[in-house]
Amino acid sequence: MREFIDGATAIARGALDAGCDFFAGYPISPATPLLLHMIRELPKVGGVAVQAEDEIASISMCIGAAMTGARALTATSGPGISLYSENIGLAIMGEVPLVIVDAQRLGPATGGATTPGQGDVQFVRWSTSGGFPIIALAPSSVAECYSLTRRAFDLAERLRIPVFLMTDKEMFLSMSTVEVGSYEHPPVGDRIRVEVLPHGTPGLRPEETFLPYRFDPIDAPPAFSPVGGPHITRFTGSSHDEHGMLTKDPAKVGRLNEHLRRKIEDHADELVMVNADLQEDARTLLISYGITARAMCEAANIARDGGQAVSTLTVQSLWPVPEDALTGALCGPSCQGTIERVIVAELNLGDFRREVERVIYRWAAHARRIAPEIVGINRVDGELITPGQFLETILT
Amino acid sequence: MIQPNTLPAPSTYRNERNYPFCPGCGHGLILNQFNAALMKLGLDPTRVVIVTDIGCQGLGDQYFATHAFHGLHGRSIAYATGIKLADPDLTVIVIMGDGGTGIGGAHLLNAARRNIGLTVLVFNNFNFGMTGGEHSVTTPPGGVTATTRAGNVERPLDVCATVAVNGAGYVWRGTAFDRDLADIIAEAVRSESFALLDIWELCTAYYVPNNEFSRKSLEATRTALGMAAGVLHREDRPEYARALRGAEGQRSRGAEEKPLRPRAFPALFASTLDHEFRFVIAGSAGGKVRSTAKMIGEAAILSGLWAAQQDDYPVTVQTGHSTSELIFSPREILFTGVTRPDALVLVSEDGRRMAGRYLKALTPESWLFVTPEFAGLETPARKVVFDLDAAGIKGSKKNLGLLMAAAALRRLEVFPIEAVAEAIRRGSRGPVTEENLEVLAMSAAVNGS
Repeated sequence: MREFIDGATAIARGALDAGCDFFAGYPISPATPLLLHMIRELPKVGGVAVQAEDEIASISMCIGAAMTGARALTATSGPGISLYSENIGLAIMGEVPLVIVDAQRLGPATGGATTPGQGDVQFVRWSTSGGFPIIALAPSSVAECYSLTRRAFDLAERLRIPVFLMTDKEMFLSMSTVEVGSYEHPPVGDRIRVEVLPHGTPGLRPEETFLPYRFDPIDAPPAFSPVGGPHITRFTGSSHDEHGMLTKDPAKVGRLNEHLRRKIEDHADELVMVNADLQEDARTLLISYGITARAMCEAANIARDGGQAVSTLTVQSLWPVPEDALTGALCGPSCQGTIERVIVAELNLGDFRREVERVIYRWAAHARRIAPEIVGINRVDGELITPGQFLETILT
Repeated sequence: MIQPNTLPAPSTYRNERNYPFCPGCGHGLILNQFNAALMKLGLDPTRVVIVTDIGCQGLGDQYFATHAFHGLHGRSIAYATGIKLADPDLTVIVIMGDGGTGIGGAHLLNAARRNIGLTVLVFNNFNFGMTGGEHSVTTPPGGVTATTRAGNVERPLDVCATVAVNGAGYVWRGTAFDRDLADIIAEAVRSESFALLDIWELCTAYYVPNNEFSRKSLEATRTALGMAAGVLHREDRPEYARALRGAEGQRSRGAEEKPLRPRAFPALFASTLDHEFRFVIAGSAGGKVRSTAKMIGEAAILSGLWAAQQDDYPVTVQTGHSTSELIFSPREILFTGVTRPDALVLVSEDGRRMAGRYLKALTPESWLFVTPEFAGLETPARKVVFDLDAAGIKGSKKNLGLLMAAAALRRLEVFPIEAVAEAIRRGSRGPVTEENLEVLAMSAAVNGS
């Protein structure tokens, strides 16, 4: 049995199945349908959904709710991410589990409110001060809108980090046919819950029965106890010690910031997701993600039907960048290394190509190999990149 | 209801740490009164959260043995709103300064309007103490600050009047020196409404030396500005966090099914289609183009096919064009865009204007279905002009999209027209269903030439 469904509905369903019980958002094209879904559906499962006064309040409310233990979701488009910026930093610093859906539209500024884009890839990575990492996933089918939403909640909860789900107007609003039995249901984990310490444990303040920001080892998220729960807890956006108290002690501040980086980077292997379809003897490697990956796969099918070997790499985790998968794809299925040309296709000016270049050039320098040529297919006129554009680029 | 504390009330809600404030600063006075208020209320400290943001007063949460949430400048009310919405029985106290009041103005207004149950203590010392004594939204006229060297010429914000006129449940103005401040804070918390206390105080680092300001100046300034003191407003309105949950709970009662489950379409019909077929409807907003396309897509699935639908419309949804691209295929559809339609249905002039690129792409193998007004269009495609008048159809424009698309599908025989009827019946119930089925039936009488 098949259903006819858009990405927004699949994301809403994924969120509900992941246990989402709090949503705050502000209307913006093309993200609004998710706000409407959550306003309609969350009360049915005992959750709360609210339209906030602006995007700053949307994400602020989500952060507040998340620290009481709620599984929070918000959704916006590029202009809204601009307003989320400061609080994305707070969510990183305070270690807040939060899922942010970015239904990308064509930028800059108001741009094309009802036209698709993929121009927020670098933006979400560097959207807040300090330069600390986040996670961003990009579904390239409506079925993946469902499964990667579940995955986003899983990572947000387990790592206590804001996780972006990057879609676009077409993926979000267009109807697709999905085989109902084909949905994947990745498990959704929970925050590590508090370890209660007896009163008087050395290092505890008199009111404390746990340390809200104690992480050990350095790459593990701290255990959680909710605001309003039985253990007095402190949340803060300032550089803090394990009590959540403001500190300027360089040893403590340094360790904290090292922790915020390493809880993502040390676990990149577990976080990265790609769909590699590599062919022996392929000289061309196509790389794309999201809606554009669909045209890529169709083009690859056509090229292969025409007798041309071509490899494709669909990137599902934009951040962290799947570095090993990128260099691995150059080597092909049997590591012969026949790729001479890499084509990165995206609806922006080359956001992800920068990462591909960075990874491949560094790999080539390190391995003393000649790097393949890296070219982009880029489109910012509001239209999708077509399979024909891929085929033309493959042949030139 | 605030839950009574079952344990003996603590003898203090302060922890062992000393305040970090300048000598003579009002912040410590207010925090002591706040502690006294908590003792009067006797709340379970694990059911109290102090939400602060940036400014010297924002350090205040670190000196209490309750939960604490220290966020970004001016956003404390928004974090507190999220906390209260998620846990409506929690006592949520916001401590903010006159700086945060200014930058977080939108949150202040909306929290008052909603009457969300927060107690907001505004530590109002007329300037930014933490960053070097710059002016704030409450700096009095003539006030000398680092950024108003010749004296402030901006009118100060009447915080109390602003929230009162917008529906706050409890509003009070006074000073850090008021002996009854602890009682007032306790009363504000008990009001279980959006309660705001505008507490005037001294910044001995900046505002006091820059303006020869003193405790006496507080009252003189207030009088000069014509701002009253005391309880200025009380209003009994439903508290937002509970009201919202109540209203939504009422609405969703009886919702037994798990929400947003798949609406699966069995393959009740059959199609002989062996390749992708691209079908585009170009019409006007309000002409049911998108809903028609959705029904047709569902009909394709009911016929064992895969379908995709991609719509285009201007930001103003009730005017201008509305086009839907449909793809039917015996296989899963990867690329969902349509550059060359196999069939194009022109429903209106709005649609024709947007259909230029489709028209250009048509070939002798393509189909073009039009109303008589477009009979003269030059095209290499097989053109079919539907003469609705001749068929005796005088329907409203809003059904033209369904009518023409259905007539086109009858001609194309991509899948049985009965599948469309089934999709209509499965899509909705009531008058719309009847109307759509009627239009579908009418389409049988449409002859093309």
